[in-house]
Amino acid sequence: MSEFEPILLANVNAENSHTRSVYESTGGYAALRQVLGQMSKTDLIELVKASGLRGRGGAGFPTGLKWTFLPKDHPGPIYFCLNADESEPGTFNNRILMEEDPHQVIEGLILSCFATNTTTAYFYMRYEYPLAWERVQAAVDECYAAGYLGKNILGSGYDLDIFLHRGAAAYICGEETGLIESLEGKRAWPRIKPPFPAVEGVFHKPTVVNNVETVACVRHIAERGAEWFRSMGVPPDPENPRDPGSFGPKLYCLSGHVEKPGCYEAPLGITVNELIERFGGGVWKGRKAKAAIPGGISMGLLTADEFDCPLDFAGPGRYKCLGLGTAAVVVMDETVSMVDFLLNSSQFFAHESCGQCTPCREGTSWALKMMQRIKAGRGRLIDLDLLLEIGDNIGIIPGTTICGLADGAAWPLKNGIRKFRDEFEDYIRRTNPEGYAETDPVPALEVIGAH
Amino acid sequence: MATVTVNGQEIELGDDERLNGIQAAARAGVEIPHYCWHAGMSVVASCRMCLVEAGRKTAEGDVQMVPKLVPACQTPATDGTVFVTNSEKVVQARAMVEEDLLIRHPIDCPICDKAGECHLQDYHFEHGRDQRRADIKPFTSRRRELGDTVTLFVDRCVMCTRCVRFTREISGTKELFVVNRGAHEEIDVFPGFPLDNKMSGNVVDLCPVGALGDRDFLYQQRVWFMKSHDNVCAGCSTGCSIKVEENQDRVYRVKPRENPHINQWWMCDEGRYGLSHIHDPRRCLQPQRGDGSEYANVEWTELPAELEGKLRDAGRIGVVLSPHLTVEEAYLLATYIRKCDPDALLAVGPIPAQGEDEAFPNGFTIRAEKCPNRAGVEAIVSQLGGQLVAWDDFLTRLDGGEFAVAWVTGGYKTEWIDEPTAARFTNVKTLIVQDLFGSPLWERATYRLPGASFAEREGSYVNVEGRLQSFRWAVRPPSGVMVEGQLYWRLLERQGLFKARAVLDEVAREIAHFSPAATEIPEHGVDLKSNQLAGV
Repeated sequence: MSEFEPILLANVNAENSHTRSVYESTGGYAALRQVLGQMSKTDLIELVKASGLRGRGGAGFPTGLKWTFLPKDHPGPIYFCLNADESEPGTFNNRILMEEDPHQVIEGLILSCFATNTTTAYFYMRYEYPLAWERVQAAVDECYAAGYLGKNILGSGYDLDIFLHRGAAAYICGEETGLIESLEGKRAWPRIKPPFPAVEGVFHKPTVVNNVETVACVRHIAERGAEWFRSMGVPPDPENPRDPGSFGPKLYCLSGHVEKPGCYEAPLGITVNELIERFGGGVWKGRKAKAAIPGGISMGLLTADEFDCPLDFAGPGRYKCLGLGTAAVVVMDETVSMVDFLLNSSQFFAHESCGQCTPCREGTSWALKMMQRIKAGRGRLIDLDLLLEIGDNIGIIPGTTICGLADGAAWPLKNGIRKFRDEFEDYIRRTNPEGYAETDPVPALEVIGAH
Repeated sequence: MATVTVNGQEIELGDDERLNGIQAAARAGVEIPHYCWHAGMSVVASCRMCLVEAGRKTAEGDVQMVPKLVPACQTPATDGTVFVTNSEKVVQARAMVEEDLLIRHPIDCPICDKAGECHLQDYHFEHGRDQRRADIKPFTSRRRELGDTVTLFVDRCVMCTRCVRFTREISGTKELFVVNRGAHEEIDVFPGFPLDNKMSGNVVDLCPVGALGDRDFLYQQRVWFMKSHDNVCAGCSTGCSIKVEENQDRVYRVKPRENPHINQWWMCDEGRYGLSHIHDPRRCLQPQRGDGSEYANVEWTELPAELEGKLRDAGRIGVVLSPHLTVEEAYLLATYIRKCDPDALLAVGPIPAQGEDEAFPNGFTIRAEKCPNRAGVEAIVSQLGGQLVAWDDFLTRLDGGEFAVAWVTGGYKTEWIDEPTAARFTNVKTLIVQDLFGSPLWERATYRLPGASFAEREGSYVNVEGRLQSFRWAVRPPSGVMVEGQLYWRLLERQGLFKARAVLDEVAREIAHFSPAATEIPEHGVDLKSNQLAGV
């Protein structure tokens, strides 16, 4: 592999990189002019399909294919939602793009909207990004002034309005139908599918929901073509007929116990080891690594022995993790207690469970209570089996919940306990020498106040 | 024709039927437990109690199953759909959901009104684990009022959101919503905006657990002591199908009974809480004879002979049939009076009206006409009497001195006749009044005959849309009261006890309007207009 030149992050270090003049000085909005002048909507969809671009939000669904699910010749409006509710722990790639290069995102968004025939786009940004909010809003204003947004964009006859919408700080709003509900002003309870958003989404109209980084990639595909995009990344696994391959550049968020945490760009398929060594400057303080989260906390855990795991859409799955997720790698060094990790993770998911489906609402809160008890030195070995039972039975994969939040909650439990069982058992035996082997139910009934 | 397989058993569904897995399984006699799903409201598929395995039978007869569990409520039953509801996977999933729901449930069944008719209880015995494994101490049982009619027992809630959806989709008032997130979720109202709508009591019926308590019924009676009787609400001319629940002749509550033609699953608060007249201590309980000032008690057993003597050859009789009488009662009284005086005038009693008809988003309507059987009684009057004489016409004729005898039936829950109107009856020689409560007319009566409330009657009502529903009595009348139908039965010297069904057969035979009632009356009633359609 020759030296890789950043694509999505090419301009983020330039001074005033967030302004239109700087963006245009490096070729910004050329792709837009090119496409609006020459390409048809279907050609653009075909181009994105041919590029093999997969959604960068976490699930890795092929973007071009998603767009083709929209009804043809739909008489009413189609809406585009840009998912900038980046809440996965460890993830900050969208933030860098929105804060340092918002025009790149907007150009990609305009192109994506053009391809999907939408004239209204909602930019759903998480509450906690005030700088990104200011800069994206400023960038949108600049685009209206320059004629990139509004009526008859660049004389092409195409109209587009972008509305920024600020979330109210809930993880579940990043789930595409949770986002839609929230955008409609309701409680962000993910919807049951079908109907999928492409058929019935925001305000009961066909809707596309894409991630910020995904539309930024669309901008580059439009400029440089599908072949160029496919020259980066990992081809499909011939053994797996359902693997469409992982192409293109990817922003990796590296954090935790490394010397140089940050957001780095590399072609899909870089291994965890390479990421830590080439970009992160190695594990910090000369220590050894113990584990890493491959792509946001909901993807599970890799042990230090598994750091040869390639970070493409299929890679982590082969190491018993859920998938690539948001490609946010969090490295833990040898001093980290897995009990602490799992307690923290349980806390997050119990706090963020929207509470709609019983198994997730009660499972995440029960897991948290158990982890708190284990941490407090009253754990029992049997608790580990109960935690695994919860982990194995909540989520859309076993079919017990509506959305994937529960799967995200389950994976750290499953990986944490299965891959580090000895450590958990040692901790429980050490901190609860009297009761670790207890298997009787914990007494639960207390006299409750009569009304 | 769609063929659906449930646990290996094939059932056929009609072409225009759109059923989900729960409904299709019910056709096959298989119950799929569920909390959040209700046929009358939108599907949210959130309680996950109805998880089943589903698949599809191909044309070749192979079955391809979906690899994961699916909620039956959200899975349509179409041709070739296969449901498996008894596999190990399904059993485990149900056990998990039951265990989850009981983690923070206070398990205060001994002091919970719902105990005995609680889905959480029933499903736990059927699908739950025999041992509690959770280490979470249940919260104390918190309670707060949602409005004048309903109390929320916060920690008993299983978050099925049926009540929330009811106020959004059925009553359209949107008072209830979910606050907080995850395991801290609760049902609540905004401060200053309590649960306050005319259908609020339905949320208590909808609640599958004891979270929503009916303040009118709270702590009054254990449900297993009560017997339930199918009945028809007498509150307005909608005629909702209801269940009257009583113990030892005391009515404790009424609940709606599903009827797709009339009230779907609902009833209004007016009907639900309008029960106090049944056991009101002011009810008339003693038959009396007198002259407007002095009264002597009479025995019910002596009355038939005595009345016969007073009525026969006494001159013209005017009889007022109350819209609270059943079809059978109105028919029997009319028949009896016309036996005494073939020239007798039949009239309909005053129709109590209040406000305007009030329709809810789903079509449920509370009628302004606050009586159950105007249509039925009017049909009797116009068919037997040859003309429809309304209350005002009757009073005009009364002023003309047409009648020597007047027989007036009441049965109204509230005051229905004022002093000046009652005074117009001074020119009749014999005035017979049958009523629930005293009134200016009662004060003037020659014979005062205590009458029955709706829960004590037996017979049929015809609602505003022409649907006839039959019902049996739910409680016996208080001592001293003879139900109207029973008295008329005796006056006509019929044998044994009043049998409404036998009378309805006569009515159906003699009056063409009622001919559709000749068959057994189904629980959803029969549309009397159907005979007119058939005749076209």
